[in-house]
Order: sequence, then structure tokens, then C-alpha cells
Amino acid sequence: MSTATDTPRQRSAVRSLLRLWPYVRPVRARLFTAAFVAILASCTGLVIPLVLKWMVDGPVADRDRSGVWLGALFVLLLGLGEAVLFGLRRWLVARPLSHVEAEMRAGLYGHLQRLPIAFHDRWASGQLLSRATTDLMLVRMFLAFPLTFLLVNGVTIVVGVIIMLIQDWTLGLVILGPAVPVIVMCVLFEKRYAEVSRRAQDQVGDLTTVVEESVLGIRIIKGFGRHRSQARAFRELSWKLRGTELRKAQLLAVIWAVIVTLPEIAVGAALVVGCVQVADGQLSAGTLVAFLSTALALRWSVESIGFLLAISQEAATATERYFEVMDEERESADRAAPDTPVEGADGLRFHGVTFRYPDAPPDSPPVLHGIDLHIRPGESLALVGATGSGKTTLTALVPRLHEVTSGRITLDGEDIMAMSREELRAKVAVAFEEPTLFSASVGENVLMGAADSAGRAELDRALAVAQADFAHALPQGTDTQVGEQGLSLSGGQRQRLALARAVVGRPRFLVLDDPLSALDVHTEAAVEAALREVLAETTALIVAHRPSTVLLADRVALLSGGRIAAIGTHHELLRTNAEYAHLMSGADEEVQR
Amino acid sequence: MTAPTTTAPAKAAPRPEEHGDPFDRDVLPTPPGATGALLRSLLTPLKARVALTALLLLLQQAAVQASPLLVAYAIDEAVPAFAADDHGPLIAVAVGYLLCASLAGALQYAFIVAAARVNQDVLLDLRGRIFRHAQALSIDFHERYTSGRLISRSTTDVESLRELLDEGLQELVMFILSTVYICVLLLWLDLGLGAVAVASFGPLYLLMRAYRRRAGRVYRLRSTAIAAVIVKFVETMNGIRPVRAFRREAVNDADFAVLNKRHERTNGDALLEMARYVVGSRTVANTAVALIVLWGAHRVAGDTLALGVLAAAVLYLRRLYDPIDRLAMFLNSYQSAAASLEKIAGLLAQTPSVPEPASPRELPVLRSEHPGREVVFDGVRFAYRTGGEVLPTFDLTLPTGQTVAVVGSTGAGKSTLAKLLARFYDPTDGRVLLDGVDLRELPIAELRRGVVMVTQEAFLFSGTVAENIAIGRPDATREDIERAAKAIGAHEFISALPEGYDTDVRKRGGRISAGQRQLVAFARALLADPAVLILDEATSSLDIPGERAVQRAMATVLQGRTAVVIAHRLSTVEIADRVLVMEHGRIVEDGTPAELITGTGRFADLHRAWRDSLA
Repeated sequence: MSTATDTPRQRSAVRSLLRLWPYVRPVRARLFTAAFVAILASCTGLVIPLVLKWMVDGPVADRDRSGVWLGALFVLLLGLGEAVLFGLRRWLVARPLSHVEAEMRAGLYGHLQRLPIAFHDRWASGQLLSRATTDLMLVRMFLAFPLTFLLVNGVTIVVGVIIMLIQDWTLGLVILGPAVPVIVMCVLFEKRYAEVSRRAQDQVGDLTTVVEESVLGIRIIKGFGRHRSQARAFRELSWKLRGTELRKAQLLAVIWAVIVTLPEIAVGAALVVGCVQVADGQLSAGTLVAFLSTALALRWSVESIGFLLAISQEAATATERYFEVMDEERESADRAAPDTPVEGADGLRFHGVTFRYPDAPPDSPPVLHGIDLHIRPGESLALVGATGSGKTTLTALVPRLHEVTSGRITLDGEDIMAMSREELRAKVAVAFEEPTLFSASVGENVLMGAADSAGRAELDRALAVAQADFAHALPQGTDTQVGEQGLSLSGGQRQRLALARAVVGRPRFLVLDDPLSALDVHTEAAVEAALREVLAETTALIVAHRPSTVLLADRVALLSGGRIAAIGTHHELLRTNAEYAHLMSGADEEVQR
Repeated sequence: MTAPTTTAPAKAAPRPEEHGDPFDRDVLPTPPGATGALLRSLLTPLKARVALTALLLLLQQAAVQASPLLVAYAIDEAVPAFAADDHGPLIAVAVGYLLCASLAGALQYAFIVAAARVNQDVLLDLRGRIFRHAQALSIDFHERYTSGRLISRSTTDVESLRELLDEGLQELVMFILSTVYICVLLLWLDLGLGAVAVASFGPLYLLMRAYRRRAGRVYRLRSTAIAAVIVKFVETMNGIRPVRAFRREAVNDADFAVLNKRHERTNGDALLEMARYVVGSRTVANTAVALIVLWGAHRVAGDTLALGVLAAAVLYLRRLYDPIDRLAMFLNSYQSAAASLEKIAGLLAQTPSVPEPASPRELPVLRSEHPGREVVFDGVRFAYRTGGEVLPTFDLTLPTGQTVAVVGSTGAGKSTLAKLLARFYDPTDGRVLLDGVDLRELPIAELRRGVVMVTQEAFLFSGTVAENIAIGRPDATREDIERAAKAIGAHEFISALPEGYDTDVRKRGGRISAGQRQLVAFARALLADPAVLILDEATSSLDIPGERAVQRAMATVLQGRTAVVIAHRLSTVEIADRVLVMEHGRIVEDGTPAELITGTGRFADLHRAWRDSLA
């Protein structure tokens, strides 16, 4: 189910996270300043014990009241400084980090829009969505805390240890004792945690897919009363996720226990040794107090490393998942147009076109094989073939939703590979069998197919051609919102709007994939009558299942076994081709003979 | 949601006109107290384990907070004793420290594991509830509440609760416990110093309250903003083909940028609120520390306070105020979780408009060996909530075993009729009876076994082809599945797929055309073996031989079953015993195909037109 885990490339967390640099670069000044400010703030905290030491050994021991005032004033100033610096750090990164997250999300969205259709065939949108939301939030959190604080804590610990070593090197060494075992544990932990957190994130993606499908397929689930089994599938996945999350918690618990216990034992040992030294008069009471406050001030810096590492690890996995999609190659760049002589109106031509899905095994038979077709300017050609014969695939090649494997397609003599997709898709308008409307008004949905200058007149004409005048009777007329966010329309209504969208721009080339399948006979007849006028001046390729649609076209091509098996007028083929007759009448082939 | 709005959606006045309902703005009404009740109901079954977790934390904090006390004891008692050659107290300190450290670690481990178990069970419960509830809500609801929103309820909103539970709640309890412990210890060590520390919580509380109020607003906005981003994202990915074909990429980028920017802004606002809070709380805390140091040092100098006590007090203060930043993190996740929970509670508060019956009735035992049942529409009228009448009052009886074709132009009310029979909607007035039992009195599971509807949108779920067919009857064997596929003419193409019936429909080579998907949908329906079968334009993507094959199969399959076939292709009508012609919600013609064809009504016209098209 999870397409995401095909090849889990093993990268170290650091290498994964380094890939974030291009996105972080624009805000690097702020981020570095913030880190610097945080280090400053943290060190301010470390100076306070030194002031305490000075107070205890100096003014307090000397009974010097004004010295006490001075010391307290220092403590207050340092405290206020720390408060302002910590606030400053957050203020510095608040906007930039939200910006980084947003940029990465926009980048992902833009990239996904330009990935080959074949990619989208493979990836459930739940997996994509979880990358755009949960994963990116993790990345933002990483940039906000662990990234800064791993650095800050590191510096704080080093500075703290140096302060302690200067005060009393024996006690300092005692405190440093657990450093090696803690580091070893952290490294071990990081590795294991990486695996489990990757698994958890993929399971979240799978769960999202189930949620999404059960929402999108709700009519089927309800129609068959299958919500129980759907719920069971959901429960199984969420149980699996629970198991993984618990495993994660267990790893986290171990590292926490180690990080809490070992340093605390070291502090205890330092306390005992320190007490002995104070008793022997080798150490001042003030130094011991300062030493212990420094050690305890470092406590948070050490303890938080566990959770900082955990977030970093999750962020690394999230980054990996993000780039898994970003590394997919976009549709190949548009080639610069060579100066081929354009032969004027030549219509739409397929020259020996062969197509195999790019992800299909290379030894599998191609879906389309050696297709040669010529649709003359202004002519319309119907494409007929059995269910699953590759008609829809063939139509997808013209606007380059899929790229031909070999052969060429030319529009008026110009190779479509030599045009930019933008230009090509402006020339070719398409109506899909599954009519998708976007969250926008009816008018906007239709006018998507036209140049920006198109307005009311074009809209009305297109609606009239597609017999979609019902749009005027909607609650807010053609301004009524439809799609995900708006009024739900029937299949037939959507199909007519999709057809209107295809014809609104008066395209030179029109590709219609069974455009009338959801219409009733009356509407269909009316649409056909109106379409005939449009088709008279357009070069069109029409996928058809029914004689009535075929009759819209001047000629018919029969697609069979990935090849063009016959071509001619409807009546010719009915007489001469048994397969065609079978497809068009449904009668047994013998009867036609 | 396509136009960016800068006003707070939560506060926007409901628009009176037809489409200004709460669905438009993603703010379903949440009954007061529902959020709290939801949280309580999630935690109640786990009471014992919550208590255990709390106890573990209580003990853990006791172990952690003992160390400064040991420091005070060591400085004030053990050092002089050691100097006097009494090693006992210092050994006691050493043992005590070791014990506390080990206990703190062990308890920390136990606590994290126990807490994770509680958290995961809460999330499991909540995810399941949202999922089941969404599934139980009527089609009517799904048509208005967009899929993107529903998805964001069960993903990002649950995620923010997870954050609260994982990080926030633990922080909160730890904060409360350590605060109480430390305050008590400070008061015990020295009443005066302790009082200053306790007093500092006055201003801290005020700061927190102000932060909560301000951040709450920001978080609600943020949660709405991310939902809008998700809706746009899902819509684009699901409609990627037309997006490409109509060169929507740039426009989409721009639209998405607007939504994304809005989220970015609210996100930044939330982080800035946090920064303000941190400055305030740190200032209060550090001022309190300075005050205590000043006063304490004075008293040590005046010999009214032991040095060890001052040292312990300072160490404790550090610990007292350290978690305050993290408390803000808790408030953070609390705010965002509260906003999310409110939305989830709003969703869960939606009652299915097609509810399970209070006192269910069973269908009578079948009287003959035929699986069909009689359907009666008794004075049924249907209008949308917003007022538009779709079906004026009508009566209709479909006898057992009859195959009825319903024809008419788009928008004539054919699909509504079918949806009433499948109980996707309930009638506004009147009743729909299945063998004399009102559909509203039938348990939904029984209803779905009895009445199956196949629609033209043939959605495939991830999984294999066989699994997709088996949706019709989960306990079906492979033979059953293949038999159904063969009967409908789908066996051939399925066998030709790379892994046959085991081909994953989303994996390589699993591409399945629209027509093939409809065949799968049919096989699914066949397998379900229902008493009443409704086909709503279910053959629209099939080619003629495919349609013929389906019809041949239907002719045998429908034998004895009651069937309603909605089709715009009149070829389907040939297998029907009876034809209903609908127009503007009314049944305008009713008779056998032969009667209607030879008559002079609309059907005769339609039929002629269709015949001509076959020429």
C-alpha cells in the first residue's frame, strides 16, 4: 500500500538535514543571529552562580551590606538581560521560520503540479498530503528548537565545564565522568530511533490514505454497508501505528533515564568530594555553592539533548520524505523550438507513435504500437475501441500528459515535442471523461479553457454549445461556487460544463474523451447538434463509445490491440469490419456477416 | 474559501442566503462544553492508568527535587561533622544522592512508557471515533462538508492533540508538581524566602492568562488557515489531469500562495505571541531570584540564615522557574489542540441525518425462493433543507422481482429517487417501505445487505482488484469473486493485468480505464447479492459490447430481484419490465416498454431518437 517505501535510502540524519540549507539560506542571517543571542542568554545564566560565589565569599563573609546590594543588582541585571535575549531570539526567528515552512510547502505544491502524470498514478494523495503538512511542521520545529539548542546547549555545556574546571579541576573531572557513556548511548539511540520514526511516519501516511479514500469513496462504502470493514482496515493500521509509537516511546524512555541518572550521580559524587575538600579547608564554601549551581544550571542543557535528538531525528526523516518527492524528475524541460518550416495547416498527425508507461517493465508489450493517423485540418476523427484498448491513453499523448515513447505527433506540421507545453496546451483543448470541476465559480471553471481576455460573450456561447444553460438558473447564476467547496452538480451537469470548458477558447485542436457519456438522450442530441458547428472549424479527436457520438465525426479509426486496425467512415466500417460492427451494435459478429 | 478573507471566520455573521451555512466557512456549531466533554470521555476509560502515570510522575519529582535538600544538608551539617571526623552524615548524603538519582532515572523511564500508552490509546480512540462518525454521517453531509476538511480533521487536528499529549500535558503536570514541591520545600526551608517565591506566581498567572487569551484567537485562525491549504492541495492532486491540460499550474501556484501566506502569517503571529510571553515570564522570574538573593544574602550576613539554606534556595529557584518557558510550550500545544478539539467536537456533534433506528425492525422472512422484495413509496416528498423541492408528493409501488427502468433528462429527479430508496437521504414527508417495513426502522447494516446501489462514479480503493470486488461481500472466496467478474465480462481484462486479480490498482501496470472500473463496480454489486439493486447510470463508460455483456448478465442476475435501473441509454430499457419517465420530479409516464414505445408520449420520442442514432 505504501508506495513511499520502495527504496528507503539510508542516509545519515545530518546529511538529510543538510539538504534543508537552500531553503534556510535566505533567512540565515536571522537564524545565526538568533543562535548567537541564545548562546549569549544561556551564558548569562552561567554567570549568575559566579556572582553568587563572589557574594558568598566576599560581602556575605565580610558582613558587607552594600556589597550584598551590589551583588543582587548584578543578579537582577543579568536576569533581565537573559529575559530580553531569550525573547529576542524568538522574535528573530518567528516570521522567518514560518516563511521557510511556507516556502517549502509552496515548492512541494508547485513541484507536484509539474511531475509527470505517471507519478500521480502511483502515489496516493494521502502520502503527498502528509508530506505537505505533518512533515513540514516537523521541519519547522526542528529549525526553531533543536537546531539552535543543540548548538546553544553544546556551547553552554562546554563553557559551564570550563568554568567548573577553572574553579576546581578535580570536581570538574568528576562531573565530566559520565560524558563518554552518555554520548555512546545517544549515538546508539539515534540510529534505532531513526528506523522507528521513519516507520511511524510512513504508517501515518498510509492511515491518511485510508482516511482519504474512505471519504472519497463514501458512496460505495455506504452503498454496500461496508463502513465496518473500512473501519476495520482503519483500526488495523491505527493499531500498527500505536505499536510503533509505543516502541518509539520506549526508546525515548531509555535515553531519558540514562540522561537523567548518569549526570545526577556525577553531581552527587562532586558534592561529596567537594564537601570533603571544604571540610579539609582546601575549598571555599562559596566555590562549592557556585560549582553546584553551575552544575545544576547545566542540567537542562544536558537533559534536553535526548528530546532535541529525537526531534532532529524525526525532522531528518521528514526531510527525507520531503525530498523523496522533490527529487522526482519533473516533466522534461521544454526543448527550444528548432526552426522547422511550418507547412501551414496540416492538422493533427501521429507518425509511428509507440507508447509504454515509463514505469512499466521494458519487456512488456507497449500500450500503443506504431500508430499512424492523420486528422486533416477541420476534420474530426472518432476513435473507437473496446474497453481498455488504450483510447484514453492515446488522447493523453496529444497534450503531452504522457510523453510518446517513440514516434512523433505533429500539429500543423510542428512536432509537439518542439513546442513548450504551455503553447501546446493552449492550442489543444481537452474534455476528460471524468469531469473535474475546481473550487471556483461556474464561470471561472468554464473560462479556464479560454484566453484571459475572454468574457461574458464567450462564456455564454460555450454554455450554449454544451447545452449547459442550467448554469444560469443556479442560485447565483454563473457565479455560483462549485467543486470541493460549493454546490454539488450531477454527473451530466459536470460533464456539460467540462465540455463548455473545452470549447470556450475556440481551440484549433480539440480532444474529447467520451464527452457525452453521462448525458441523457435528449440532451445528447442537443449537444451534438451544437457541437457539429464547433467541429466544423476545429480539428478534433473524439473518443466514442456510441454510434451517436461517432456520427459527430467525419471519419472513424478503430483501435485494437494497441494498433489502428481500420479507418474509414462509420458506414464503411460497419460494413467491412466485423470488430467495429460488434463494438457499435453489440450484436454478435456472425449476425453482421 | 477561494477568496482570501482577512476577517476572523469564527466571528463572521452567518449569511442568511441559501449557501451561507456554516459549512462554507468550516465552522460547524460546537455545542457549549462539547470540547471538554469529549476530552473527558476520552480519558475516563483510562482512569486507572492515568492515575498510575500521575503517581509515577509524583514519585519521580520527589526523587528529583530531593537533591538540593541534600546539598543544604551537606553544606550545613555534613561538612562540619566531617571536619569533626564524623563521616556518617556525608556517607548518608552520598547514599541518598545515589538513591535519588537512580530512582529519578528509573521512574522517568516508567513514566514515559506509561504516559505513552495512555496517549496512544486516547489517540487511537479519537481517530477511530472521527473515522466511524464520518462514515456514519449521511451522504447529504458529505456533499456539503468537503473531503479536504474531513481529512484535515482526522490528520492535522488529531496531530495537534498528539502534540499536546506527548509534550504538553506531561510538561504541565511536571510543572504543577515541581512548583508545588519546590514551594513547599522553600517555605519549609525558610518561610520568608518561600513567601517571595510563592508571591511571584501572582504576576506569572496574569501573564499566562493574557497569553492564553491572545494566543487562543491566533490558533483558531491558524487551524482554519491550514485546513484551507489542505483543501486546495487535495483538490489539485486529485484533479491533476485537467490541471495540466488547462495550464492551471501558474494560477494554482498563485492561489496556493495566498492560502499558504495566510497560514504563514498566522503561524508567525502565534510564535510572536510566544516570544512576548517568554520575555514577560522570564523578567518576573529573574526579578524574584534577584530579590531572594538580596534578602537571603543580607540575612546570611546578619547570621539569621544558614549558608546551605541560601544555596539550596537558589538551586531550587533555578528549577522553579526553568519550566516556565516550557509551560508556554504547553499553552501553545494546548491552544492549538483546543482549537482542533473544538472542530473535532463540532464534527462529532453532527448527528447523522439518516440515523440508526431507535427500535429496529427486522425484514420479514422471504416468502418465495426469490431474493427480491417489494418497494413502496408512500406519499413521499423530498425537498432540500434549504427549501428547493426536488420530488413533489408521489406514490409508487415496485412489486417483488420487477425490473424498473427510470428515464428522463438530467435533473429530473431520477438520482434522488434512487438515493431515497438506498436511504442515502430520508424523505421530507412520507415513507419508503421495503416489504412493508419503513427503511427508517431497519438497522442500517440490514438495509445495506438488502439494498445495493451502483453509481457511475466507480471509485477504486487501494488494494488489489480482488479486494475491490470483495467489497461487495467481504467473506467471498476467490471463486465467488471470479464468478462475479466472469458473469459481468470483467474476467478477461483482469486476467490480463500483470498479477491478475492480485494486481494492486495503484501500483505499476495497474492502470484501469474508466470502463473497466465500472465493470469492477458491477462485479462488486453482483457479489453482494442484494434483494434490491439500484443502478444509477452505472454503464455510462462502457462500450456497447461491454454494456450488452452486462445486460445479459443482468437478465439472469436480476431474475427474481427487484431492480431500479437509471439510464440515459435506452438499450438498458430492453431488459426492464416497466419504464418510468420522469420530468421535473414527477413521474409522467409509467408502463411496459412495449406500451410506451408504441404510444405517443415522451418515451416514444426518446426511443425513436435513440433508434435513429443507432442507424
